[in-house]
Amino acid sequence: MRKRVNEYPRTTPGSQPEYASPAYKSTALRAPSRPLIRLPHSLSELTGPVYGHNPIGPTDNDLTLHFPEPPQGERIIVAGRILDEDGRGVPNAMVEMWQANAAGRYRHQRDDHPAPLDPNFLGAGRMIADEAGNYRFVTIKPGAYPWRNHNTAWRPAHIHFSLFGPAFVTRLVTQMYFPNDPLIPLDPVLQSIPDSAAQARLVSQFDLSITEPEWALGYRFDLVLRGRRATPFEEAGK
Amino acid sequence: MSLIPTASQTVGPFFNFALTTNASLGVLARDGAKGERIFLSIRVVDGAGAPAPGDAMIELWQADAQGCYAHADPNFSGFGRLETDLNGCCTFETIKPGCVANGSAPHINVIVLARGLLKQLYTRIYFADDPANANDPVLALVPEDRRSTLLAKPIHGEDNTWSIEIRLQGEAETVFFDL
Repeated sequence: MRKRVNEYPRTTPGSQPEYASPAYKSTALRAPSRPLIRLPHSLSELTGPVYGHNPIGPTDNDLTLHFPEPPQGERIIVAGRILDEDGRGVPNAMVEMWQANAAGRYRHQRDDHPAPLDPNFLGAGRMIADEAGNYRFVTIKPGAYPWRNHNTAWRPAHIHFSLFGPAFVTRLVTQMYFPNDPLIPLDPVLQSIPDSAAQARLVSQFDLSITEPEWALGYRFDLVLRGRRATPFEEAGK
Repeated sequence: MSLIPTASQTVGPFFNFALTTNASLGVLARDGAKGERIFLSIRVVDGAGAPAPGDAMIELWQADAQGCYAHADPNFSGFGRLETDLNGCCTFETIKPGCVANGSAPHINVIVLARGLLKQLYTRIYFADDPANANDPVLALVPEDRRSTLLAKPIHGEDNTWSIEIRLQGEAETVFFDL
């Protein structure tokens, strides 16, 4: 574990969703109504867990290898870098991802979308990014699916990401979208972000350099965690 | 180069098959961990008082009994993660943390993720009637009439068991922090 001596930069206005976002109806009873209380960053915020409880298996980042037969759907590669605010790779970040199957259904007991489950697809992967912050998953392209937020509400195809950086304040849970999806302008979850450039950064880019010929199309998705290099790191000893 | 951190999006309702398959993440202190062993029961409720049924996730980050985050106790992890059950509850097995710095009171750092939360909520859990609470610099930033929302209380008749409600909204809304 490491600590920073100083504070992490605060959030850039407009770059994050507000808690209360009326178009996303589930926020109505769950968004806090009182202002948050701003804390200076102390050891409690500047340290973070080393996520070592679950050993990572060799195929955990290839969701097409979790069963004896391959899953249904279009095989894709999703790869990118975990960066800090200076564009420097965040080493060894824990990356978890999960998604619906090619038909748009999650392997979850309460997903009742009448689309088939795929016996050969779980839809969950994880890995530790390398020293330069690079990660790579092999999966299938998830399907869009309906939800009950409003009449004819459909979520655009997306992959959920969960990341642990070096500190409690670098925790990030987000979703990656696919380019040229007509559902994107209609999606209350993505549209909850005020700044359109911040929205666009959640849309992956088709990338020939990630594509593997005769095998799978590639999509690039880089993620930026809070933090700047200028602050020296030191071992947290006490 | 100056980059803006990636926007958060909700964890959604369907995360458990990916994030909370390992129930051992509810046990921060295994047998032999040093410190006062406790059970900490957390219930998440919405603005109407309804529990978050299986669609919220709680993550904990805490110091060890000596107040160290960089601890060397192999039986203590400092990190926990559980989904709420159908009653909005989850129970962690841990130890009571020590004081991290001079003046701070024992506390556990909390992240709440849920359907309907577009970004994580940060809060803290302190322990009711701990004399150190009176001098804690974070509690001092919280209006006095809201401090009780951060205090876990002992459950009478059950040894070493504490409980707290995280109210996302409304009357007695839990204090959440901007980090």
